[in-house]
Amino acid sequence: MNTTLNFAWRNIWRHPRRTILTMLAIAFGAALLVFSIGLQLGQYDLMIKGSISIYQGLLQVQKKGYLDEPKIRNDIKDIQNLARTIRDKTGIKSITARANGFALVSSEQRSYGTLITGVEPEYEKLVSSIPGTIKEGRYLLSDDSHEVIIGKSLANNLRIKTGDELTLMGSGRDGSIAATILPVSGIYDSGSKELDRNLIQIPIKTFQEVFSMGNAGHALIFYHDEIKKEHFFRQQLQQLIADNNQLLTLSWDQLQPGIKQAIELDYSSGWFMYLVLVAIITLSILNTFLMSVLERSREFGIMLALGYKPFNIAKLVMLEALILTFFALTLGTLAGLAINVYFAVYGLTFEGMEEIAQMYNMSATLHPQITFESILIGPLVIFIFTILSALYPAMKIRHLQPVEAMRKI
Amino acid sequence: MRSLPLITSLAWRNLWRNKRRTMVILFAMVLGVWAMIVTAAFMRGMAIQMLDDTVNNLTGHIQIHHKNYLDDPVIENSFFGNDTALLNTLKLPDIIHWSSRIRVPAVISSERETRGVVLLAIEPEAEANISFLKNAITEGQYFSSNDENGIIIGKKLAQNLETRLGKRVVVMSQNTKNEIADSGYRISGIYDTSGEGMETDFIFITKRAAEQLLDSTGLSSEIAVITRSLDTVLSVQKNLAAKNPELDIQDWSSLQPYTKLVVEMYSDFQYVWHLIVFLAMSFGIINTLLMTIYERTREFGLFQALGLKPGFILVQVWTEALFMLTIALFIGNFVSWLTVMTTGDGIDVSAFSQGMELAQMSNIIPFVILFEDLLLANIIVIALGLLTSLYPAWKASQLVPADAITRI
Repeated sequence: MNTTLNFAWRNIWRHPRRTILTMLAIAFGAALLVFSIGLQLGQYDLMIKGSISIYQGLLQVQKKGYLDEPKIRNDIKDIQNLARTIRDKTGIKSITARANGFALVSSEQRSYGTLITGVEPEYEKLVSSIPGTIKEGRYLLSDDSHEVIIGKSLANNLRIKTGDELTLMGSGRDGSIAATILPVSGIYDSGSKELDRNLIQIPIKTFQEVFSMGNAGHALIFYHDEIKKEHFFRQQLQQLIADNNQLLTLSWDQLQPGIKQAIELDYSSGWFMYLVLVAIITLSILNTFLMSVLERSREFGIMLALGYKPFNIAKLVMLEALILTFFALTLGTLAGLAINVYFAVYGLTFEGMEEIAQMYNMSATLHPQITFESILIGPLVIFIFTILSALYPAMKIRHLQPVEAMRKI
Repeated sequence: MRSLPLITSLAWRNLWRNKRRTMVILFAMVLGVWAMIVTAAFMRGMAIQMLDDTVNNLTGHIQIHHKNYLDDPVIENSFFGNDTALLNTLKLPDIIHWSSRIRVPAVISSERETRGVVLLAIEPEAEANISFLKNAITEGQYFSSNDENGIIIGKKLAQNLETRLGKRVVVMSQNTKNEIADSGYRISGIYDTSGEGMETDFIFITKRAAEQLLDSTGLSSEIAVITRSLDTVLSVQKNLAAKNPELDIQDWSSLQPYTKLVVEMYSDFQYVWHLIVFLAMSFGIINTLLMTIYERTREFGLFQALGLKPGFILVQVWTEALFMLTIALFIGNFVSWLTVMTTGDGIDVSAFSQGMELAQMSNIIPFVILFEDLLLANIIVIALGLLTSLYPAWKASQLVPADAITRI
């Protein structure tokens, strides 16, 4: 084995220039893949975190059918009690109840139709980032206080400020007119124009009173920042609501399929490009390996004549490829990793990023993800392709005839 | 120059000395060229589709508003859309269609549900020329005249409101006297777009019906204008803005900055992508050329011993590279063309429809090959290809005859 290793090592450096170029090709591919996959995964993480932390949560419990048809009558009875029970049993505080409706919201001068949500202020703060983005005034005080908070864009359109009164008019659960007048206690600026324009919040008990909801609501929102644990939490929630077969646990990708699909689309088009690159690089490498075998026909002939088995020569050739690829991949991976570490620390942003980031409620600075997956998946793919391309010339050795081979130049 | 035929025939024959090797590197290059052109065509298609959708989805090329409308989109901030002086300024040869609308926030209620929407009051004939609505009606009818008193709503909205064609809904909005006005309408049409966002956001009545509801006779919130081509948008916008200084006149790129940004970014990304693909190819090109030179060391030594100048060798190797690049480009362009031809309407990405909607794109992405994009890919490959092969060519010309001949 030691001889073979020695052999292989020396053979690699017979043509230093060619070897270095081949290694550079592999390293270039590896560095590029490590960098861009890390960047992509980092971006997806931001997109998902942005979309779940602002309002929708990681998981929600809803009545079956509510997701497709968010009607006021598709409700969950005794929702605050349910929320409390789940909080007590799991020990997790970041679970809150919400009730949703629509209303025509009027100030003295303007009227707009918006989504209106009844929330539990104490727990809403743990689930959504909106309470933390109050720019004027303060957030809602308690479950039954008579007040409303409103997004900045809508406040501008309605021409109101904190302390002004808003008239809400919609229809209640029973079809009756739901109307009330509430003072604005706070104005939030969530960074998402769509939310700021379309969502106002009032305390949940006030909501239930105005919209004749009794003690019902529409969703339990669960937030946790570890997206990977989604499955675990989902099972826990599912068990706790198992006695009511009308209820359903939904995950963030069911709640916001657009985000999931945008990510999938981006990832698959990314892989189309990566595979093309890897294929181009593999073909160049194939040429190098092929040549390095063909030009050594004479040598292999002699080795065969000396009693080497074709299999052993093939093994030698494969070992050469393996060593070369290994060093090149290490080099490329380290280079890609270095770039990623740099940007993970300092962040990466480019012109126009801000506008795009806003579409997905994420920050405009990208930080590449540095995980085993992001570092190893690209180099692994290149490794597989490279070894496959080394197999072809190695197979050719089986057909070598010692005498003929020795005669070749 | 006398040696030109010699150089070309030598280069051509040398290229095919080792067929397998040449084929492998050619294959790599063709793949690269194909990836460049097809990716560029896909992105171009995405950008053009997105732009088309933006223009079609009520934006138009240019919009005219009251100065305060975009900040405060209410009926109060409207202008006299029938004003003769204004209409005269629209009589430009580059303007092919325009349509005047009222566009205000409203609330729509069925017997069971209530939703916030944007109410658009349109002039049916003019609107049919410039926006998606007429072709998107799947149930019922588009308005046949401005006198109709029906309402057209989106399919998803109808679902959410638990209502259907022929049923009545009530629309509430603020009128010119700052009071909440409401009126009942029978649903006369339902439209279906690829994205549900449109369907839940926009409801349509005729402009005359709106005049009764909003007390808005003669008023318009916006006029959307379609110009002859994208290239004329800017000049028309400037022309209109100069003639109507009291109005706010903007083109699609400032009304929809996201669209503009994405269109530009796709254009820029092409350069990055082409360079990356080329870099990946370049290692193979250099390596293959170096190998061909290495095995011909003796030959080159002999050439020089026979009196051929190093420059001759350089040009000969370079010509080989040029042949290789040209063949790769030729096949690459052809294969790309074939790919685009065989995909017909484009790539169907409807499996990702909600993701596409979020990114404001549609479900079928056509390949669009622009001449300039094609040119860019070809120039990059040939120019950078010749540049990189300069190194092996120069290497070959630097061989010392006596050394070279004695080598095996």
